[in-house]
Amino acid sequence: MKNIKIKIDNIDVIVPEGTTILEAAKKVKINIPHLCYHPDQAIKANCRLCVVDVSGSKKLTAACSSFVYEGMEVHTNTKKVRDMQKGILELILANHDQDCLKCLRNGNCELQALCQRFNISKTNLEDTVDALPLDDTNPSLIRDSAKCVKCNRCVDACQKVQEVHVLTHSHRSVHYNITPAYEMPLEQTFCVFCGQCAAVCPVGAIVEKDDTAKVWDAIYDPKKHVIVQVAPAVRVALGDAFNLPKGSIVTGKMVAALRRLGFDKIFDTNFTADLTIMEEGNELIQRLTKGGTLPMITSCSPGWINFIEGRYDHLLDHLSSCKSPQQMFGALSKSYYPEIAGIGSKNVYTVSIMPCTAKKYEAQRPEMITNGMPEVDAVLTTRELARMIQSAGIDFVGLEEDQFDNPFGIGTGAGAIFGATGGVMEAALRTAYEVITGKGLPGLNFTEVRGLSGIKESTVLIDDMELKVAVAHGLGNAKILLKQIEKGESPYAFIEIMACPGGCIGGGGQPIKSTREVKEKRMEAIYKIDEDLPLRKSHKNPDVLKLYENYLGEPLGHKSHQLLHTHYHSRGMKYNFSELTK
Amino acid sequence: MNRTKTEGFGILTRELAQEIDKTINLYQSNSTKLVGILLDIQGIIPKQYIPREVAAYVSEKMNIPLSKIYDVISFYAALSDVPRADYVIQLCDSVVCKVTGNTTLRDTISQLLGIKEQESTPDGKYWLEYTPCFGACDISPAMRINGKVFGHLTSQDSVKAVFDQYR
Repeated sequence: MKNIKIKIDNIDVIVPEGTTILEAAKKVKINIPHLCYHPDQAIKANCRLCVVDVSGSKKLTAACSSFVYEGMEVHTNTKKVRDMQKGILELILANHDQDCLKCLRNGNCELQALCQRFNISKTNLEDTVDALPLDDTNPSLIRDSAKCVKCNRCVDACQKVQEVHVLTHSHRSVHYNITPAYEMPLEQTFCVFCGQCAAVCPVGAIVEKDDTAKVWDAIYDPKKHVIVQVAPAVRVALGDAFNLPKGSIVTGKMVAALRRLGFDKIFDTNFTADLTIMEEGNELIQRLTKGGTLPMITSCSPGWINFIEGRYDHLLDHLSSCKSPQQMFGALSKSYYPEIAGIGSKNVYTVSIMPCTAKKYEAQRPEMITNGMPEVDAVLTTRELARMIQSAGIDFVGLEEDQFDNPFGIGTGAGAIFGATGGVMEAALRTAYEVITGKGLPGLNFTEVRGLSGIKESTVLIDDMELKVAVAHGLGNAKILLKQIEKGESPYAFIEIMACPGGCIGGGGQPIKSTREVKEKRMEAIYKIDEDLPLRKSHKNPDVLKLYENYLGEPLGHKSHQLLHTHYHSRGMKYNFSELTK
Repeated sequence: MNRTKTEGFGILTRELAQEIDKTINLYQSNSTKLVGILLDIQGIIPKQYIPREVAAYVSEKMNIPLSKIYDVISFYAALSDVPRADYVIQLCDSVVCKVTGNTTLRDTISQLLGIKEQESTPDGKYWLEYTPCFGACDISPAMRINGKVFGHLTSQDSVKAVFDQYR
C-alpha cells in the first residue's frame, strides 16, 4: 500500500493510504477529541467534535471521516478549531442530564473527560433536556435517554455487530433520539441483553443494572452464608479497572479482594465449566451415537439463548439441554453444597461475578429454580465488582494472592478457556476425543478454533469418525450458521456460539474500553492460564469426578438431569401472521 | 412480556393484510421505495397511521428490521405512528407561510375545532399538525387536508369555507 506524507501541527507523519486524520494524529500522540468515533466501528461522523483545520479548505473538516492525502497540512489546535469544539461540547452538554455525581459512569465518562479537557465552566446556553422515559424494567440494562449524546455507537453495536436490530435512531431535529421501534421497553423487543451497547456507550446513557447494594445487604446479614463464583473471563479483565496492563491475570488478587469484601466462600465457575463439559460432551456423544438433532449447539451464553429463543425458536432442538456453568453452579449451591457444608439451604446466598449483563436476565428465569429457591441470587458484572472493591477502599494492586475454596475451587485449563471464543469447543473436543476413543489426545491445542475471526471451523478425526465443528462469536456471525441449518445445509455436528464478539472476554459487562486490541490481550492471557495449569481436561478434574461419585451419579443421569439440565423455550416475541395469510 | 399473538390483531385484518401484500407487490418489494409503500398503507388504515402490528407485518414481508421501519415512520412528518383522525389537517410551518401569516389560519382552526397541534377532536374526525413545506408557497398561507392543498387562507371566512366541505 502507498504511504502518504502529511503534516499535523507541523509534525511530519507518514501513514498508509486510507488512514483517517484522526488515526494519523494518534501516531504522533495527538488526541483529537471525539465521541462517536470508536476504533472497532464504522465511521459515523455524527458528533462533529473531531473537526480540524486543513490548509486550503475554508470549512473545518471532520478528522474521523476524512482520509489523508499527499501534502495535507492539518492543524488541530487553532482558535477556530478550539472554539468550534468547545461550542459543540456546550451544545451537547445543554442537552445532557448533568447528574454526574450520581452517575454510574462518574469518573469513567468520555463526555466528562472532554469537559475537563476543554475547561467547560459556564455556558450561556440554557439546558433543555428533551428525554424519553427511563427504560429500567428489565433485569440487565438501564437506558436513560436524558444522558444520550446521540453518537450512535450503540446502534452500530446492535445493528452491525450483533444484527439484533433493536436500537435505532429515530425522529429528527430536536426530537432525534435512540430507541427501539415504537419506543418499547427492551424486554418487549428482541433485545438479547448482551450489553454490547452499554460496553461502547461513551456516557451513562446505557448502563448495567447495578446490583451491588443487594450484595452488600446479603454480606451484612449475619444469617446469610454468602458464597460467590467467578467466571473465567473476569480474572483477565478486572485488572483494567485498577490501571494494570491490559490482559493482566489477577486471579489471586481477585480472590483476596472477594475475601476482604466479606464473602464466606469463594468458588470458581471454571469448576462448573468442567462440569458443563462432562454433561455437554456426553450429550454430544449420545446424539452422535444414538441419534439426536445435529448439529448440537452450545447453551452457555445467555445472550445467545435469548437470541435463539426470540428469533430462531424453530431451531431450539439444536440447543444442548445443559444449563450454563453459572446456573449449574447455582443449582449445586442450593442442593449439594448445603448438604456437605451442613448449612440450611435457605441460608445460602449465591452471588456470581460475570463478564455479562445477560447473566442477570438468565438468573431470573423462572425455571432456574432448585429446591424451591432461585439458583443464583445476584449477578454482578466485572464492572460492578470493580466498584465494590473501590468502594471498600481495598488497594487491589497491593493485595497478596489468595486461592479459591473447596469443593468448587479446582478448575482445569479446559474450564479456563470457556472465557474465549472457541474455548467451549476446544474443551469439549479434549474430553469427547478421550471418552470416545479411550486413548490419550496426541496434542491438546485445537488452534483452528482459536482467535478472533468471526466463524472458525475444524475437522477432528476421532478414531475413524470425522467430526466437523464450527465456532461463531457475535450474533451477526451466528446468524450465518443458523441460516445454513435452516436450509438443511449445515455440515457440522457441533457448533459453539457466543453472543459477544471475542466470547466472554468481550462480554457486555467487562470494563469499559474493551476494544479488539484489548480482547486479543485477554485471549492470550486465557490461553496462558490454560497452559500453566497441571490439569487441562475436564474429565480429569478430581473434584468433578468426586462430585459424580458421591452425589450426581453419572453424566446425563437422573440427578444430573434434574439439576444441570433445563428446557429452552420460545420467548414468544414474534408476531404470528400465519392466520392472516391462509 | 409480549406473548405470541395468535388470536388475531386489532387492526390488521385478513383483508388489510391482503391489501398490504398488494401494495408491497406493486413496488416489487423494493426496500428503497419504503416511504411510498408506507404512505400507501397508511392511507388505507383508519385514522391514518401505522400501528406496530402493521409495521411488524411489513417488516416480515419485506425482510426489513422493524427498527428500520420505525426510523422511517418517525423521520417523515407525513407518516404517523399514533392514530390521527379521518381528516388530517397539515399546516405548513415553513418560512413563507409564516411570513404571509399562518397564525390566522392556525387560530381559526383551533377555534373551529377546539384542538391544538398534535391533537384530534373527540369524535376522531379531525387531527391538526404542522408539517414542513409542501411547495404551495405561491398560494401561501396553505394547508393540506388528507393530501389536498388549500391556499390563500388569510381570513377566517376563507378557512371556514374550506371546512364547510368537510363536515
